[in-house]
Formats: sequence, C-alpha cells, structure tokens
Amino acid sequence: MISNVAGFKTYLTDYDRGLLEGEEGKASQMAMRILHRMLPVYGVDRFMDISAAHIDSTVYMGIATMEYAERLASLGAKVRVPSTLNVSGVDEFGWEDWEVPPEVAGNAIRQMKAYEAMGCIPTWTCAPYQTDHAPVFGQQIAAGESNVIGYYNSVIGARTERYPDLLDICAAITGRVPAAGLHLDAGRAGTKLLRLKGIPRALQEDDSFYPVLGHLLGRKASDGVPVVEGMEVQPNMDQLKAVCAGGASAGAIALFHLVGITPEAPTVEEAFQGHVPTTVLEIGMDDLREAYRELSTSQGEKLDLVVLGSPHFSVNEFKALAPLVVGKTCHPDVQFLVTCSRAVRMIAEHVGLLGPIEAFGAKITVDTCPLTSPMLPPRIKHLMTNSAKYAYYSPGLLNVDVTYGRLSDCVKSAVLGRIEREEGAWRA
Amino acid sequence: MARIVQGKTIIDGTASGIALASSEPVSFWGGYDQVTGEIIDRRHPLSSQMAAGRILVLPYTRGSSTSTAILLESVRAGVAPAGMITDRADIFLALASVVADEMYQMSFPMVAVSRSDFDSIKTGDHIQIDDSGRIHIQE
Repeated sequence: MISNVAGFKTYLTDYDRGLLEGEEGKASQMAMRILHRMLPVYGVDRFMDISAAHIDSTVYMGIATMEYAERLASLGAKVRVPSTLNVSGVDEFGWEDWEVPPEVAGNAIRQMKAYEAMGCIPTWTCAPYQTDHAPVFGQQIAAGESNVIGYYNSVIGARTERYPDLLDICAAITGRVPAAGLHLDAGRAGTKLLRLKGIPRALQEDDSFYPVLGHLLGRKASDGVPVVEGMEVQPNMDQLKAVCAGGASAGAIALFHLVGITPEAPTVEEAFQGHVPTTVLEIGMDDLREAYRELSTSQGEKLDLVVLGSPHFSVNEFKALAPLVVGKTCHPDVQFLVTCSRAVRMIAEHVGLLGPIEAFGAKITVDTCPLTSPMLPPRIKHLMTNSAKYAYYSPGLLNVDVTYGRLSDCVKSAVLGRIEREEGAWRA
Repeated sequence: MARIVQGKTIIDGTASGIALASSEPVSFWGGYDQVTGEIIDRRHPLSSQMAAGRILVLPYTRGSSTSTAILLESVRAGVAPAGMITDRADIFLALASVVADEMYQMSFPMVAVSRSDFDSIKTGDHIQIDDSGRIHIQE
C-alpha cells in the first residue's frame, strides 16, 4: 500500500497497513502511527523487520514518560520481539536506602510495571550485552541507550540505529523500524580515520586508557563512524564497553571500528568498505592527555562519593574490585557506590565477591544509577569515578565536581578520604 | 526588515514567537529544565535563557537518547518551545512533537532550513512559521 505522510510517499506492507488500521489492536495501531509519522523524518519510505529490542524508555523523567508507558500498556501492548529493559528511575527494592522522594519512587515503579506488563524481559540494566540476552553478529535490532547502541553495533556487529526513548518501544511492539542508517550496509562505513601514534603499549593495557579513548572518539568524530588504527592489544569486554560509553557521552558515536579488533574492521579498507578515508587524524599522547584532563572538573582533593558502574558493573569488574578492597575500610566521610544489574549482583554474591566489597563499606544499587535516579543526598559535592560516562554527565546532572581515575585510585582515595591519583603515563 | 525563508516541514503546524538562536547543539537531558523551560547546560551559549514559548533555533540535539522524553515532559508541563527551526531533520526533537500530539494533542511545528538560512536567524527576531514550511522573519 502507498500512503502519504505530510506529502511524503511511503510503501507499506499488508502487515504494516493492518497495524495502522487497527487490525491488531489499539496499542499496535498507536505504535505504528508514531513510527509511520516518523518515516519522512528518517527520509526513507519503508520499514524493515527487527528480531530484538532494548528499551530505554524505561528511564523515568516525569509524569509524561509514566503516562506514555501506561497508555500503551492499558491499550494491551505486547512486544513482538524479545525486548530487554534498560535502567529505571529507581532501585525497585532498594530505593528507601537513599534519598529518593517517595512520590518519584511510586511513579517510577508504576512505569516499570507498565513495561513488564508489555512482556519485556526485566533485565533493568544499561549493560544488557553482559546478560544472557546479548544479540549476535548481523542481527537487526532497535536499541535505545547510547552505550548499548555503540556496543551492539561496534563490538558485536549487530545493527541498530540511535533510537530515541519512546520510539524503541514502538519498534518492539510492531517488530518494525525505518529501513535507514546503520541497519543498512552503506551506513556502516567508516567516515574518519584516527591513527594512534606513539601510545605506549603499557598504557593500552591499562584500564584507564579505554574511557579516555572513548571520550576522544566522541570529541573528534562527533556523530560520524570513526575508525581507529594502531591498537596493539586486544581489549576485553569491559574495556570495550568503556569506549562505547565515553564516545556516546562526549559525542553521538553509534558505531566505531577498531582495526583488527571489532568484527567489521579486519583491515582499514574493509572498515571503510573500499572507500579511501577523506579525513585522517593522527592521535598522539597530547590528544589523549587532553581528553584525560577533560574528564575531571575537580580542582582539589575533596571526596564525598566514589561511584562505579556506568555502564553497569560486570561480574569481571567485581572480580577486579574485590581483591583491591580486601582487608581495607572505606573512610567514614566517603560513600562508595557500585551500580549493576540484579543478575550481576546475584552472581557476584553467589561466587563470594560481594562479601569483601560490602565489608569494605561499599553499597550496591541495582536497576538504576545516580544519573537516572534522584538518590544522592545533596551534601555530596565531590565525586570520583573510573567511568567516562559518570565523569561526563555528573557535573551537569548532579551539580557536583568530578575526578576521573582508574579503579585502584578510586579505592585508594576512598580509604584515604581524599583524592589521590597515580598519574603514570598520563603525566605530561 | 521583513523577509521569508522557505524551509522543509519536518512536523507541520503553525507557531509564532521570538527567536532564541544558537549554532551550538543542545542535549535536552541535562540541558533543558523540563519544569521551567530554561536552558540549563552551563557550557552552552544559551545557558540561563528561557526557551518556553520561544521559537528555538538549534542545529540539532546532541548526546543521550533521553532528550525526547525531556521535551515531551516540557510539552506536558506547558514549558516547551512554541516551535523549532533546525538545520537538519532531527529525529529526537521531531519524535517529541509526534508523541505529544498522540498523548496530549499538543504538538509543536518543526522546520529544517539550509545552513545559510539557519545562520541568518538571530535571537530576538520575530518569527512566524506557517503550514507550508515558510518562515516569516521580522528582524
């Protein structure tokens, strides 16, 4: 069927048309109506199928986001493809340990229930790729949440556009998305070559390198597809997720290629799909040091809170943290918070990793994080984190200053009660 | 001086108001106060300006997937811009208007214009957006 939206011709399948005309119920009709009105904005004239979704509309921003979820649920919405859920506005069973206003908690939980009623998988995490619901290479997906989009596209080689909140759930309900951008081969070619030069191998092996690299990609490539050449080590999953989070905070990086490492970039030529890169930048230690400096806004050594886990902490990250804190005690004036998913907390507990971490004085929050939940007491003004995403957003969203440092420095500072960093290779 | 710029309708509708313009993109999450309509990104040139009821002239949105939700909240609270002019079809902003229409029958028009037309619109201009993507500008 051909139909017009604002004078724009669109080609709909019988299935699309049926949804639009309400043959599959009012919720699918509303979801398809929204998607259909968005087709001309995407500049394409048809939809394509997806086989999974990750829903970021779960983040509670106020009455409207709750009403939207409840409207869909009350119309009988059911997701048509397996759909994981991103973080919520509260830790459903732990919010009372913090300063979340009860009214916000009540609304956020109503919103959570609405998405669960639509048949979504209650993963409640911004690291769904570290649950057992990760997609596979080439899979077509609709994902919201910027770091997830980066990870699915870049590290796994699955295909998703940057879906805004509110649209991801429409895609999940209908199983359809505009046939655009990163879903198609052409949208996945590199746009800019970043050549690493003179970056010591020892630094590439250090965890503190990856959030900085991500931040730098965001700064240098904005919303393009950067291709990085010159990595000498094979990063692990957590290091790659740190690149995704950094790139999607400082910029809008939805896909990057690391030559010789990520699946669509065995070579520079393949990363650019045979095109010659039009922009080539050399990235040296000076550029990286500048990105490293940008991640901190703090001048002094004051410390109120160490926060880890954006994206949500993995079992392996708990495994790295536990030996660092064994036998130590967090300073009484400092709070130590780790955010992760319910599933990861459960595994960490079962394998004995949580014991020493809680004995140290750390608290664990699941389902959410301080950027999306109003949980921190106002007296917290000085943060330290090993996450580029926490570092980037905290000053604006939480009105605090922030210091970026590696995991061991976060622990050391928490014990001392003041910020102390091992600068190492970052020192100019 | 009065003049007319022809843009491309992204979201149809009419609006009029005073322009609030910047060539710097904004992330609405952390950058727009959904209760007051103030630009609160302290690194942005429009920081502290009230965007509620204005014609907001920005190239596009930056950053998080959550910008759409913030703009929807601001529509519901009555503190959204009256209309938007961009230099491209911004999906995150357009969706907020589509969903606001679906939920509350309150949408705002959005028009994309060429970069040179974009740069010609200044804060303080009186703007009228009509149904066919024409922008009437009174400097």
